[in-house]
Amino acid sequence: MIPLNHYLIVSAMLFAIGTTGVLLRRNLITILLSIEIMLNAVNLTFIAFGRQLGSVDGQIIVFFVMTVAAAEAAVGLAIVIGLFRHRESLNPDAFAALKW
Amino acid sequence: MPETLVFYAFSGLAIGASALVIGQRNPMYSVMMLIASFGALAGLYVQLDAPFVAVAQIIIYAGAIMVLFLFVVMLLNAPKEDGAEWDRSHPLRQPAVVRFGGLLALLLVVQLGWALLSARGLGGPVGAIGDAETVASVRVLGRVLFTEYVFAFEATSILILVAMVGAVVLARREGEGS
Repeated sequence: MIPLNHYLIVSAMLFAIGTTGVLLRRNLITILLSIEIMLNAVNLTFIAFGRQLGSVDGQIIVFFVMTVAAAEAAVGLAIVIGLFRHRESLNPDAFAALKW
Repeated sequence: MPETLVFYAFSGLAIGASALVIGQRNPMYSVMMLIASFGALAGLYVQLDAPFVAVAQIIIYAGAIMVLFLFVVMLLNAPKEDGAEWDRSHPLRQPAVVRFGGLLALLLVVQLGWALLSARGLGGPVGAIGDAETVASVRVLGRVLFTEYVFAFEATSILILVAMVGAVVLARREGEGS
């Protein structure tokens, strides 16, 4: 049997990797991918705690997180396509102006 | 202990693949690595007696969402990040900022370690409470989803509808249609 600790540490490491990606990468698509990594880290925590407590509520929350992630990816990628049409760039620093 | 071995293999794969996602400049390889990471996480879910979530993870995340990402990467013919000019000019690269960030990271690790050591019950094995059949059962999952969480479920369907309309409106070329 794996202790709950181990799952939490794996989840924390994944979340830290995702945060690092959002802060350090200069590519809108990679930033969105990093957000997906963070969402998955949280999913792992939900399922580990749910199993620890012997309830299915954790798994249900994970389904909702997946749905929100799908919606976020669809809208986020649509925005990325719109931005790329305007500036021909995926670097977030290229979109510093509020209006153009 | 095959169980421990499987856990370490899957978590190592998940962490390694996630590190590779943010560790390279070509978005195409990043998406591929993220699919590998999601597969490894699905393995961890199976180990946690959540086979239905594991299958949903593969179908929804690795299947649908990542295909969407791949489609956009190919559609935009996404350029590789040019790191050279960023590496020197970015404000996050100043030594004072790096030192402050390192200090904060160290503090976070110390706090996490302290929290894990001082909280009770976290060191116990997962799966001591409750039987695996109940937690893994799709029947129980469905019953809870459509009774206790039915409002959240319906709200989710509205969210999906809004996201779909929003994506169509945002990605449309200006002056097209209507």
